[in-house]
Amino acid sequence: MLDIQSLHKRFGGLHAVNEVSFSVESGLIKSVIGPNGAGKTTLFNLITGNLPPSEGEICFQGTPIHGRKPHQIAAMGMSRTFQNIKLFHGMTALECVMVGCHSRSKAGFMAGMLKLPSTWREEQRIYQRSMELLELLELSDYAQVEATSLAFGQQRAVELARALASEPKLLLLDEPAAGLNIYETAEVARLICKIRDMGITVLLVEHDMSLVMEISDEIVVLCFGEKIAEDTPKNIQQNKEVIRIYLGEDEG
Amino acid sequence: MTPDLFFQYLFAGVTYGAIYAIVAIGFNIIYNTTGIINFAQGEFVMLGGMIAISLHQVMPLPLAITLAVALTMVIGAAIEIIFIRWLQSPSVLRLIIITIGVSILLREAALHIWGESIRSLPYFYGNEISSISLGSVHLSPQVLWVIAACGIMVAGLSLFFKYTPTGREMRACSANRTAAILCGISTRNMVTLSFMLSAGIGAVAGCVMSPITYTQYDSGTGLAIKGFTVAILGGLGNSMAAVAAGILLGIIEAFSVSVVPLAFQDAIAITILLAILFVKPHGLFGSSVAARLKDF
Amino acid sequence: MNSINRYKILGLAGLVIAVQLLTQFTGTAFYLTQLTMSAYYGLVIIGLGVLMGYAGQLSIGHAGFFAIGGYLSAALTTHNLLSYKDSLCIRLLERADMLVLSEDIYGDALLTVVPWGACLMAVGTAALIALLLAVPVLKLKGHYLAMATLGFGTIIYRILLATPYFGEADGISDVPPFQLLPALGGLPPVVVSGSFDNRVVNYYVAWGILIVGMLLLLNLINSRVGRALRSLHSSEEAAEAVGINTSRCKVQVFVLSAVYAALAGVFLAHYNAGIGPSEAGVMKSVRYVALVAVGGMTNLWGTLLMGVSLTFLSLRGVFGSLDDAVFGVILIGVMLFAPEGILSLRRFLVPAKDAALKRDEP
Repeated sequence: MLDIQSLHKRFGGLHAVNEVSFSVESGLIKSVIGPNGAGKTTLFNLITGNLPPSEGEICFQGTPIHGRKPHQIAAMGMSRTFQNIKLFHGMTALECVMVGCHSRSKAGFMAGMLKLPSTWREEQRIYQRSMELLELLELSDYAQVEATSLAFGQQRAVELARALASEPKLLLLDEPAAGLNIYETAEVARLICKIRDMGITVLLVEHDMSLVMEISDEIVVLCFGEKIAEDTPKNIQQNKEVIRIYLGEDEG
Repeated sequence: MTPDLFFQYLFAGVTYGAIYAIVAIGFNIIYNTTGIINFAQGEFVMLGGMIAISLHQVMPLPLAITLAVALTMVIGAAIEIIFIRWLQSPSVLRLIIITIGVSILLREAALHIWGESIRSLPYFYGNEISSISLGSVHLSPQVLWVIAACGIMVAGLSLFFKYTPTGREMRACSANRTAAILCGISTRNMVTLSFMLSAGIGAVAGCVMSPITYTQYDSGTGLAIKGFTVAILGGLGNSMAAVAAGILLGIIEAFSVSVVPLAFQDAIAITILLAILFVKPHGLFGSSVAARLKDF
Repeated sequence: MNSINRYKILGLAGLVIAVQLLTQFTGTAFYLTQLTMSAYYGLVIIGLGVLMGYAGQLSIGHAGFFAIGGYLSAALTTHNLLSYKDSLCIRLLERADMLVLSEDIYGDALLTVVPWGACLMAVGTAALIALLLAVPVLKLKGHYLAMATLGFGTIIYRILLATPYFGEADGISDVPPFQLLPALGGLPPVVVSGSFDNRVVNYYVAWGILIVGMLLLLNLINSRVGRALRSLHSSEEAAEAVGINTSRCKVQVFVLSAVYAALAGVFLAHYNAGIGPSEAGVMKSVRYVALVAVGGMTNLWGTLLMGVSLTFLSLRGVFGSLDDAVFGVILIGVMLFAPEGILSLRRFLVPAKDAALKRDEP
């Protein structure tokens, strides 16, 4: 699904991502963990095309994504959520999700202005699909509420629905449990598994260890931009290096 | 082109360039503390000139200029206090529109006070026909005043920002606003101060240039665009580079007279502005890495 | 089209008719002149409203596009092309049946472009310039974009002032009428001109164009592209992440709003039988921005309402010599106290129902 080959990213003297390689198998939940400043968010921005890599290659479904714009990569079937939720002001939850359908619909500028019959049919389809997604995430009651006025956990869910609306093959989740309490976190865990069961591969960056250990199929550990381990959750928990660098500090 | 003519153009270019640089520095000071571009900067220049001209009718020139600069500074501070200080986390779009509105108000006020007539201060030393000869090149003494004013202001400002506590606080405010607040710096006062400073600088520019370029109620807009061009050319926020960029623009303009008609001269600055914005929005001397962190 | 907007459009059409009848019966038909002009300016303002309010891109150069439209159309239909008769351009135009031979007031032969052709060329040129400008300019944000468009507007103004072909400080006068529709059956031809007999027809033409323009924009903002525009206003990063080509969207809407401005320029030039350089001035551009702001950035109806009524008052000379100052005060006042537009103030008066619930469904 996703192949990352000796990826480097330097900001001036700072080596934010250093010789990182790993791949994400189709149909799995893979997590990237690491202490603050380990380069997780930078890695995400490299994968989604928001930052150009200094060296190395990223292949999505066998196609190198180097030099492609974020919207092109998104159209290829990669979707993401943001650590600090980025919903659209002045739009209802439903409209936010409908925006998510953008790359899977095609009515253009003129068609939109003239409201052609084909456009109208497409709008119906987008509307149906968005309502289904809101239902899936138990948000149908809030469809007509302004998205940014929803509760924090619900905003996360709307963002997730928006990401799913683009019918992704790979879903990148940037700290989906940040700022949530344990009940909401458990809810998010259930959702992520549900998404995986729909056949969507998930790449997750997360701080909440219990969540990561519970749902991940595989874990990559980053520290100061370098990959120090890649294994199943069980083995990661027993990895001396990881315990020393990451969990050790966490517990201390 | 004869060498004499060449130097004549060169000095004209440097003179105008120095004026543009002063306007650009005014932009930079406010940009550094607030992150916004003050579209009313050109109006400060116009106000400085106009007030000095009016005051000069009742008092000697040095006093008139000093008072004019002081008054413009008060106006600058008042504008900040009335229109900007109390807004809570306004968007850039909102701030831009407000300063555009302020520039219109100042211009319209000037139109109603002074009318449409073109005025000027007398030459600080000598008159229109007196000149200093450098070899075969003849210069108006006012040119030296302009260049000296520019030099003194740049030197004074860099000393101010480097060595005075207030200057350091203003720099802290521009580097990281939140951190500055946490250090107990009143960032609001710093913003007011930056408006005062840049209004004062604009007024000085308005006074020294008035004998050469004349002053009219609407002379601010053109200057603002050129000052902004220079500020961008040097990299927004970088005052030293603004001087170099200002002189560069002044010289380009001066020499372009022999190529393009006078009426299109203003278009040159704007074309350069657009070209720079398209190609290198972080300025000729700015670094692209630092620029990416700013909100373009 | 959702039902609320449909009723509003019908309401507007009804109002337009009612106002005309009212002026007819009260013998105040002279108001129609300014009402017609207001409608054309309204076209510029709603076009800019979509650019500013929905796509979030500030342009202080729209008077430039207005002037490109008006001046080109005026020049092409007014200036004599007879001396260029044998050039390739003219022959191509002749082949396309776009030239008209007439007599000027001295009885000399006058070869000009037909208004329809001139209109197409003027609007096309404006669109092309907008495209060329937009591609690099819209990479910029905030004050850079504001300054770049301000610079563009100023260039246009300077060029008009310095070019004899465009009449320098005098502008172009004696622009011929623009025949929109030929005489059909028993109906007289529909002509855009300032002539006294045509006043009622012109009033309806102007408002008809404005209403159609409004309809198209309302459709747009509730369509797929419209949602994309609104989303990129809020967060370009998130918009890109769902596959929206944000730069393309911005360029498209910029060109669209330039076309609206140019079209208004064309019609006004023919209606006023002339155009002057003040139409391209910076103050005009700022005025359009003020009118969009006062109506509420993301409220196209508010923009239309406030834009047309304030323009009407201004054209009637209500503000006297304080005209520009009034718009400055409006601009600042709105931005300070009601950044969502004057109409948002009613929220303080009327208890807010959940505004979101009123939103439309497709």
